[in-house]
This record gives sequence, C-alpha cells and structure tokens, in this order.
Amino acid sequence: MYNFNHHRPGSVDAAAAALSSADDGKILAGGMTLLPTLKQRLANPSDLVDLGGIADLKGIREDGGSLIVGAMTTHAAVADDATVKAKIPALAALAEGIGDAQVRNCGTIGGSVANNDPAADYPAALVGLDATVHTNKRQIAADDFFTGMFETALDEGEIITAVAFPIPEKAGYAKFANPASRYAIVGVMVAKGPAGTRVAVTGAGPSVFRLGDAESALSGGISADAVSGVSVAADGLNSDLHASSEYRANLVSVMLRRAAAAAAG
Amino acid sequence: MPDTGIGASVKRKEDFRFLTGQGRYTDDINRPGQLHAYFVRSPHAHATIKGVNKTAAEAAEGVVAVFTGADMAADNVGSLPCGWVVNDRHGDPHKAPPHFPLARDKARYVGDHVAVVIAKTYDAARNAGELVEVDYGELPAVAETGKAQDGSAQQLHDEAPNNLCYDWVLGDEAEADAAFAKAHHITKIDLINNRLIPNAMEPRAALGEYDGGTDSFTLYSTSQNPHLLKLILCAFVFGMNENKLRVIAPDVGGGFGSKIFCYAEETVCMWASKKVRAPVKWTADRSESFTSDAHGRDHVTHAELAMDENGKFLGMKVDTTANMGAYLSSFSTSVPTYLYATLLAGQYTTPVIFANVKAVFTNTAPVDAYRGAGRPEATYVVERLVEVAAREMGIDPAEIRRRNFIQPDQFPYQTPVALQYDIGDYEASMSKALEMIDYDGFAARRSASEAKGKLRGIGFSSYIEACGIAPSAVVGSLGAGVGLWESAQVRFNATGSVSVFTGSHSHGQGHETTFSQLVAETLGIPIENVEIVHGDTGSIPMGMGTYGSRSLAVGGSAISRACDKIIEKSRKIAAHLMEASVEDVEFDAGTFRVAGTDKEKSIAEIAFTAYVPHNYPEDVEPGLDETAFYDPLNFTYPAGLHICEVEIDPATGVTEIVDWVAVDDFGKVINPMVVEGQVHGGIAQGVGQALLENCVYDKDSGQLLTGSYMDYCMPRADDLPSFRVGLTETACTHNPLGVKGCGEAGAIAAPAATINAITNALGILSMDMPASPEKVWRLANEPKMAAE
Repeated sequence: MYNFNHHRPGSVDAAAAALSSADDGKILAGGMTLLPTLKQRLANPSDLVDLGGIADLKGIREDGGSLIVGAMTTHAAVADDATVKAKIPALAALAEGIGDAQVRNCGTIGGSVANNDPAADYPAALVGLDATVHTNKRQIAADDFFTGMFETALDEGEIITAVAFPIPEKAGYAKFANPASRYAIVGVMVAKGPAGTRVAVTGAGPSVFRLGDAESALSGGISADAVSGVSVAADGLNSDLHASSEYRANLVSVMLRRAAAAAAG
Repeated sequence: MPDTGIGASVKRKEDFRFLTGQGRYTDDINRPGQLHAYFVRSPHAHATIKGVNKTAAEAAEGVVAVFTGADMAADNVGSLPCGWVVNDRHGDPHKAPPHFPLARDKARYVGDHVAVVIAKTYDAARNAGELVEVDYGELPAVAETGKAQDGSAQQLHDEAPNNLCYDWVLGDEAEADAAFAKAHHITKIDLINNRLIPNAMEPRAALGEYDGGTDSFTLYSTSQNPHLLKLILCAFVFGMNENKLRVIAPDVGGGFGSKIFCYAEETVCMWASKKVRAPVKWTADRSESFTSDAHGRDHVTHAELAMDENGKFLGMKVDTTANMGAYLSSFSTSVPTYLYATLLAGQYTTPVIFANVKAVFTNTAPVDAYRGAGRPEATYVVERLVEVAAREMGIDPAEIRRRNFIQPDQFPYQTPVALQYDIGDYEASMSKALEMIDYDGFAARRSASEAKGKLRGIGFSSYIEACGIAPSAVVGSLGAGVGLWESAQVRFNATGSVSVFTGSHSHGQGHETTFSQLVAETLGIPIENVEIVHGDTGSIPMGMGTYGSRSLAVGGSAISRACDKIIEKSRKIAAHLMEASVEDVEFDAGTFRVAGTDKEKSIAEIAFTAYVPHNYPEDVEPGLDETAFYDPLNFTYPAGLHICEVEIDPATGVTEIVDWVAVDDFGKVINPMVVEGQVHGGIAQGVGQALLENCVYDKDSGQLLTGSYMDYCMPRADDLPSFRVGLTETACTHNPLGVKGCGEAGAIAAPAATINAITNALGILSMDMPASPEKVWRLANEPKMAAE
C-alpha cells in the first residue's frame, strides 16, 4: 500500500474534524474492503481516520422497541449477542453468515452499510427490517439510504454512528453465498414488523431492493406457500462469472421461499 | 503393530515446528545487506515491448538498480529450458521457442516479467516499479485452448507456426480403426479438463546471494527439487560450473508440482545478486502466485470407446488439445504425452488405443505438472468414457468395469500404450469399495433423497497411475533430459544416532516421519535417534527431488539400500569384535549375534567402534556412513476405486457430496495415518476441480478473471464429507519396500467420480467441470425450461 497519515480519534467529533482537514481522507472502520483495496494499490488516500478508538460506536442496546447497534460493532459481536439472538434472531443469523471468522471479527456494520457493496448482507437486513441509519448529522431511513451500487445517501465526511432496528414480530433471512467469496449471490430478508411486511433482496441487483409482489403476497400471513408464485424478471439483475441474471432470478424465488419459511418459524 | 516402525501411525515429527510457528521458510531467511526485488509485469496478454524507460525508477528513493531483458542478454543469460523433448508424429522435436527470464521483445501473458527493480526495501522497489515506463504495442491475444490453432489467432512465437508446439501420437491408428469397424457400439464424448491454479499455501520465494570471495552463489528457493534447479540454472541458463552454486530449499509450504520448475524470479534474483553485489530477495504476493505460478490441466478432448455387444472394450481413440500457455515450463511437454496418453488403458484390457495430442501456445501463464500431472486427465477421459458407455449400453457401471478389468493372473500386463503394469487386483478394490458404500442400498437411499426433493447420484472412478517416477533408461528413451533415480546417505554418528540425507524433498508429505520409521525399523534403533536432512545441495548427494508420488518408492528404496550397506559393513565389524566369522553373525532388531551363542553387540556399539577403531578389522575402513543410489526398474502402479455419492438440490443446483469411499492399493504402507492424510488432501483437490476451481481468462483480452480468492474458489472443509478410506494391498514387485506411492491418487480419482455421480443424479450423460450450482441447476431443470 501507499503511505498515508493514520488518525485514531477518541470521539466522533474529533473524527469528523480529522476527516474535514484531510486532503483526501477516508474513514477506516473494520477495513475488510478498504485494506485489501489499499494493499492492491487501487486507492491512495492521504489520510485514514480510524474509528476503532471511539468507544461510543461499539455495542448493542435495546431502546424503545428497537435494537441500537453501534456502527463499529463487529459482525461477530452481532452474531453472538444474546439480545440480538432473543429479539431478532434473523439478524444474528445473517451476521453469522457474513464472510469467514476473520472477516466477522474485524468487519463492522457501519463499514458494511457505508460501502453498500451490492453483494453485502447487511443492506437486506436494514431495508427488510425497516432500520434507521444514525449519523453524526441526522437519521436516514434504510429505504432512502442505499441509493445505488456502492452509493449511499451519506454526505462527504458524514459518519455513521449506529443502526436502529425496530424489533419485528417475525423475520427470516436466506442467503445463497458465492462459493468463493461467501458474499451473497442472492440474499432475501422477510420481516413482519411494526410497519408491516417487508421483503428486501441483496446480491441480485445493483443495490438492495424491496420486492413488492412478495410483500403483498405475504400480507395475509407469512409462509413459503404464500410466495410460491412470486418470481422476478432476470432483466436488470447482476450477471457475472458465478451467476447469470437468469440464475439469480431463480435464486430470488428460492431464497424468498426459504426466508419466508424461516420467518414463519 | 509396532509403535514406531513400519505400519505404525506415528504422529508427524515435523508438525511440532510447523504448528508452533518454528518452521523456517525461504521468506524467513534474511541475509546481511539484503535487497528486495519487485517484478514489473505485463498488464497485457500479448504486446511488443517497444522500449523501457528506466530513468525515473532508477532515480527513485532506495533504488539500487533496474534491469530489463536487454541487461540479461548482455550477460548472455540463457533461456529457461524445457527439460523433456517430445518428438512429434513425424519424428521432429517439439517447437522450443526461447523463454527468457525477463522478456526481450514481446510480452506473451498477463504477468510476464518485463523488468525488475532492486531496492533497499520491498516498498521502495514496488514504488519504483510504477515508475518504469514500458512502451507496449498491444497485439491480439488468444487465451482459449480450442482457439489457438484456428488460423485467425495471433502467432505467439515465430518458431511455432500456428501456435503448435507438437502434434504427437501414441498407438496404431489403423489398428484402432480396424477395432472400431468391428464395434457393436461406439461411445463418444467431448470433455474439457478445466484449468487450475495450484495455490500452494506458501507463495514462491527466492533469495540469491553472491560470494565475491569464492565467485559462487547460494540460492534459497521454494523448490521441490533443489538439485535439479541447480543443474538447470548452471548447465542451461548461466553456463557455469555446478560447484559454484548451492541451492537450499528449506521448509517449503506445499508445491503440488508448481515448485518443481525453474522460474524466472529465482533466476533473476540469483543473477542480480552478482550485479548489485548484495543478496536479492523476492517473495510472491498472492496475486503474483495467481498470475505467474505454472498452472495445471487445461485439455480439450474428444474420445471414443468401441465395444462388443457385451460391453467388452475393443478399442479407444483419444484426441486432445493441451494448452502449454505462453512458454514451455520445465517439464510441460511431458505432461499431456508420456504422463497422460500412457495411462489411457486404465485398469482395463482395451487391446488397442490410439491417442493424438496437440500442444498449443496461448497468451496465458505456462502450464505444467500439477498434482497428478497428466494422470488425472487420463483417468477423467477413461472413467467418463466407461461411465457413459455403461449408461448407453444399459450395463451397471460396476459390472461394465468388472467385465473389462485386467485380471490378477494377467500380471505383468503389457498395455497397448507403452506401460507394463507389474501387479494389481482391481476386483479386490471394487469389492471392498462396493461393500463399504453399501452399493445394494443405493436405490433405497436415492428414494429417500427423492422424498426430500433431492436428486441422488453415485459415481465410480477406477483409477490407475504410473508413479515412482521413474526408470532412467525408460524416461530417457522417451525424451527426458535427466535420469530419475534417487540418492540417500545414511550416516551413523559416533554415539549411535543417525542422520539421513535424502535427495527427496518434503514440502508437506511427512518424509521426516515416514523415512524415520523406515530407518528406525531397518536399523533397529529408536525413531528419536533418526534425523532426516533434505533440501540442501551443499550437504546432500545429488538427488532428483519430489514429484510424481516418487519419494518413498524411489527415495525410500535408496534409503533402504543405504541401510543395507550399513548393516553389511557393521556385520564385518561385529564379527571382528565377537571373534566370529561374518557368515555366522546374524542381525535382528538392532543387534548382531553370533548364531548359536549368547554373544551380541548392538548396532550403536558397532557405530562407536567404527569411529573409535581401537580394536578393528584390518580390511574395513573406519566410519559408518553409506550412500546408495536407486534407479527403479519400472514405474509403480497404484490403483483403486473411489465412489462418490451426491445429493443435488434442484432448486439451487447445489451439489452436496454426502459420502465418499476410497479404496486404494498403494502396496506396502509405512505410515497409514500419513497415507490417509495424503488421500484426503488429494480428494479435496480433485473435488475442488470437479465442483469449484476454474481458472478463467477473458477470451478476448487474455486478462485473468479469477485472479484472487474472491473469484477462484478453493475447496474448504465444509465443501467435503468425512472421507471413508480403505486399503487393499498388492506389493510392488520391483522395489525393495513393495511400496507404490500415494500422494496423487485422490486428485487423480476424484474428478471422474464426482462428475459421474452428478450426471448419474441428473440422468444425463455428460457435463463439464466445474459442476457449479448454476450449471447443475440448468441441467436439472432443462426439460422444464425447454417446456416453458
């Protein structure tokens, strides 16, 4: 990697200040995407602002019917957390299925969400569970947050502090992992929460999307049978070495049924 | 069973240092004043090098020197040679275009070496590497094996018209045609043997050091055969005396063939260390491993099998195009010829076989031996053909194999493709494997899977391999540039411990344990008293290294012979000490006894006497240190039957291997646990090829699309079942240990077993590897998709 200045501030405000004073600063969260990019010399930031020293950004708490997950909470911490397992087991299961043990021990929810990799798992969790992204400036509904492939509603220098998940009545996640990378080729989150039934799909398209047909089909009750007729068109879905858009369309239907079955319990 | 002798599952002696992080690999070695090399590699698959501007790089911080192909040419550094001459169907040698360590006028694959930067740190070298300005003239590239010769493809080498390296044949085509003319049925298949990237855990590394005082070099390298590397570098690349180079291959973390070869990087590090008068080190990063390690497999094959009405094989015809990559790696030419077509008889009595192999150049990394090297490709052709034949003829796949097996009373068996199998019992392996898998219960298991909405299939692979490579006279007559014997020196130390110097090289195989067991049992001494030394041309007799499952059969036999010499010399010393005639002295379990008396001397006492010869026979030299060279009389022929059972989810196309039975005949077994580990690893690699691994180049640009673990899928523990391994035994007839070799068997057997199982589950005849979920899903749903 190229040389850069490393900052490890103790507060979000100090991080924001370090970022704004850098020529070309980047936030370092878990580093699971950024560090390989740097090692391959595909990026050359002047400064890295490492959020690992900010205690406020770590941890999980329940607050008013929601789980608040700090932005620097690792996937492993979410997967192992007793409250998450009790209140939103589908979220714990999703976190448990991200990458491998090394990735889960370093990667964070904030970093994953801010990167908005089209094959990441968390975007499906946020949209499916109707979460809200908390930043140092505002709160953004998940539906408005993920704006396109590797694109989010975050402004320059805006720092995610937490993600708030309303505790659902039911939720289930099913994922078809890329056998090499273990990213989602298709991941589907089905949830019945305070705001109704939601279905979010990651991996299949350029960015996470909701599946309206499936939400309607599940509105009368969540079961695999209820969505047995739901399919999506291959047009516009991702296509790569590992899966064509046609195969992804099939996987959306299959993972939808499996997620619905998991949510139904 | 003895605790530590032959047949005991002794825990691996070497694992303590590996598991506690105390292994010493090439990259762990640092020399005073050491500099670092960074290779500037071609980003294009095919391009002329119009010019290289080194000025900015040379001026960069920490840079000591920048070299290009022109600098090496000025020093008369030669081409990296291909050490096996294959004569084509007209008797002419294969086309051997030069392969310079740093490209001179053209780059021929993505990753080809164009320049090297030598600097005080790796980062400084890499930074400066970005400042080397190469003026490329891009040319059209050809990356596909099947397209290299279609006339429109750009020529890679002037020396090889139409990108053809050789057009080679084995067998009699007219006889084969005659056999086919009599056939009741002919089964035809088209296969692609997918290209693989070796992925040894330790990347390649090299550290060259020049000693001006003696005008000599030391090269530390991740080599499977340090003596051979020394020979190639001195005799062919540099034209220097062999006594001026010492090659040390310390602990090496896996090779699978990819570390047999003489590579550009180690050549450059050695040469540059004299230019800059400082040690020069290079360690590949993982991306470099993907682009520049010699790859494996990559065949396109059409094959036909002629049968009579009972499914008895009458003849086989095989037509293969093999990809050599952009240049010929050290032994590349032998892999799709003498290590491939000679195995096409398999375990069967097929009387006539004709093979035609065309080797072609493409704008891809060089291709050479990879675990199994030609033999997996042969087994895949034979066992897929046999399976398809069984389905087409309506004969049970076990039964059609039985009808064609070479029978135990037919050995030694001369195949129509040059090899003479010494011994085997294929029915024994089949019976045991069928029992272990409960073949009779398969129908019920398939029904149970169907009830769950799953498709179940079973697949066989009756593989054979030619190992213990190899009789020097035989390989010499076939074009090998070297002899393939092995050496061993067994040295008793004065106080009774033993150091064994072996020309074999361990890079994960467990030699330090297996060879110690052999020596401990043969000499009758505690295993703790045996040390195995390998990997240093400065301390070991000339040896040929480790590949082709040869270490125990050839290297172990050399150790056995050296131990015999030790015992014979010791017997003379013992006879003198016990005042008996040599003929009356018996040796058993480490003790010499005078027959019929209670006089005895331990071998340790004899060793002490040999070094402190106060009372000593006049006609015997002091010391107890014997060397033996062993040249095998024949290849060894490990064989067996692997059975794979799969369950497929038709909704997703995911294949789960639910059971795996491997019954192998490796001859005598020294350490069953080490053998089982080798079988497990081999199967994992074979399953990797069948289900997951695939090296893909963009067919137009020649860019490597699977250049990292994000896209190149290695098998992991949860992709595999718990293997069930069984052994049968027919002892090799021609080596002193009766052993055959086990390192490659799994990788040879597994691909065909897996694909046979998947196609059985899907009710189809053929599909190409890897059986990715999407491919399997399409095949599972094809009729339905067609109906829609």
